[in-house]
Amino acid sequence: MIEIRNVSLSLRGSAILHDITAGLPQTGITALIGPNGAGKSSLLHLCAGLLRPSGGVIAVDGGDVTRMAHRDRARRIAVLTQAQALGSRLTVGDLVGFGRWPHHLGRPREADRQVVAEALALFDLETLSGRQVETLSGGQKARAFTAMAWAQSTPWLLLDEPLAALDPRFARDLMARLHAMSQTGPQARGVVIVVHDLNAAALWADHVVALRDGRLFADGPAAEVLTPATLGALFDTAFGTVDTPRGRLVYPA
Amino acid sequence: MRGWLWGGAGLLGLVALSLSIGAASLWTSDLNTGWLIAVSRFPRTAAALLAGAGLALAGVVVQQAVQNRFVEPGLSGTPEAAMLGLLGITLIAPGAVLWVKMAVAALAALAGTGLFLALATRIPRTDPMLLPLVGLIHAGILGAVVTWIAWQADLMQYLGIWQMGEFSGVVQGRYELLWGIAALAALLYALADRITLLGLGADAARALGLDYRQTVALGLTVVAAITALVVVTVGALPFVGLVVPNVVSRFRGDNLARNLPMVALGGAGAVLAADILGRMLRHPYEVPAATVFAIAGAGIFLWLLHAAPKAAHG
Repeated sequence: MIEIRNVSLSLRGSAILHDITAGLPQTGITALIGPNGAGKSSLLHLCAGLLRPSGGVIAVDGGDVTRMAHRDRARRIAVLTQAQALGSRLTVGDLVGFGRWPHHLGRPREADRQVVAEALALFDLETLSGRQVETLSGGQKARAFTAMAWAQSTPWLLLDEPLAALDPRFARDLMARLHAMSQTGPQARGVVIVVHDLNAAALWADHVVALRDGRLFADGPAAEVLTPATLGALFDTAFGTVDTPRGRLVYPA
Repeated sequence: MRGWLWGGAGLLGLVALSLSIGAASLWTSDLNTGWLIAVSRFPRTAAALLAGAGLALAGVVVQQAVQNRFVEPGLSGTPEAAMLGLLGITLIAPGAVLWVKMAVAALAALAGTGLFLALATRIPRTDPMLLPLVGLIHAGILGAVVTWIAWQADLMQYLGIWQMGEFSGVVQGRYELLWGIAALAALLYALADRITLLGLGADAARALGLDYRQTVALGLTVVAAITALVVVTVGALPFVGLVVPNVVSRFRGDNLARNLPMVALGGAGAVLAADILGRMLRHPYEVPAATVFAIAGAGIFLWLLHAAPKAAHG
């Protein structure tokens, strides 16, 4: 459980988030939605311990995330940020391998190599593993970074717009994989994603947190939040729904 | 693997050449050959190797710490800051022992490098060429202060020695501090993964559990110590930390756990080659290694900037 208690954030004098209280469940996918500039990425950074709240507390599995030792935090929470403008020349294999760094600190064991091989296979990167990341396409790069976060094997996986650069096949595959790994079981992980594709949230998310202007706008099971009424008020535009064999989708009317 | 063989063989060849050439011939002069090598040729060769390796490693650390491969300590004010420290201690306590002067120079270099880092975090990253320019300006301002103080205090002679890296004055007993670089290189090798992670940027490095600030501080301390050692013993050698890491990165990528030895080897070989060339160009007179390197290094760097990127593999 990630408990967000009365969290606010100001960066360089401007207020980004105001008094947010929400709980992100350990089971299932939680989608963070909201208009541009609502503070979704900032909230994700706070949950990952990459930013420090100006007020309030974020507790991950009971522990204040800002007080965790760096390595402990990296073994509990993996986070993929949007800033992947990688300047350094690493191969895909090396990059994904660094996902294991919090576990081995530079001395990879057989188990680490296995997880990396699994990650490369899972994200269809095996043929690219010798390529430099900077020579990849946007979608391939996104997969490589997601594979790195996955290889961290943490109870929590936080992804900021993981679908942005993916083609429909890889987007669906990623969401299906995240969904499968977030359900109950010994390997279950809590997954939190920032998405703009509301239908990815409608099809795959279990829980939705909506932000607007730095404030909590709605918080609840996906089916209760992703309604024309709530979405209409959230985005200032009318929404309709359509029932498909895969489930109920929403569209801006 | 073949790269290593060629590199090792080339370096051995350079060492043999460096030991055999100089103002006095090893074979025809009246001097005792063994004595000449022990007192002058070996120290000179070792000094060039150590300084070159150290400066190339320092370059890599700074480039990863600011995520910009067009900067290096020698062109962003670190040597000038070390000189400022040296001038200060020379004025305040002229009789201070060498290691005290060395420590003051290293502390001043650290402060100068820290200042550059503070500038680096404040300027926009959209244009990668902006940071090297800021570095040059930073170095220029510090250099002007250094020159002004040296002029006022009548210490311009010292300044000339610090500013122009060359190895003709290196003899037994006057370069041994440089062996400190070997220890610092070993420390960097132990930190190789952490420094590679710095290159991923603060967020990514911290997400992987790195204590980002502590690692940057440690890395820059090593950079400052290397720079101060080199400035004090042989004088500043700009471009080494820029050219060598870029050439290595272009062909072998940036995973430092694999590449750090190659960077050190490349720096050592490049500076020794510059020194040998400087000894041969106007034999028996000498051209400073820093001058040779600045000309050759600038040329190589221009080539690096314009040559089409080659598909590298680690």
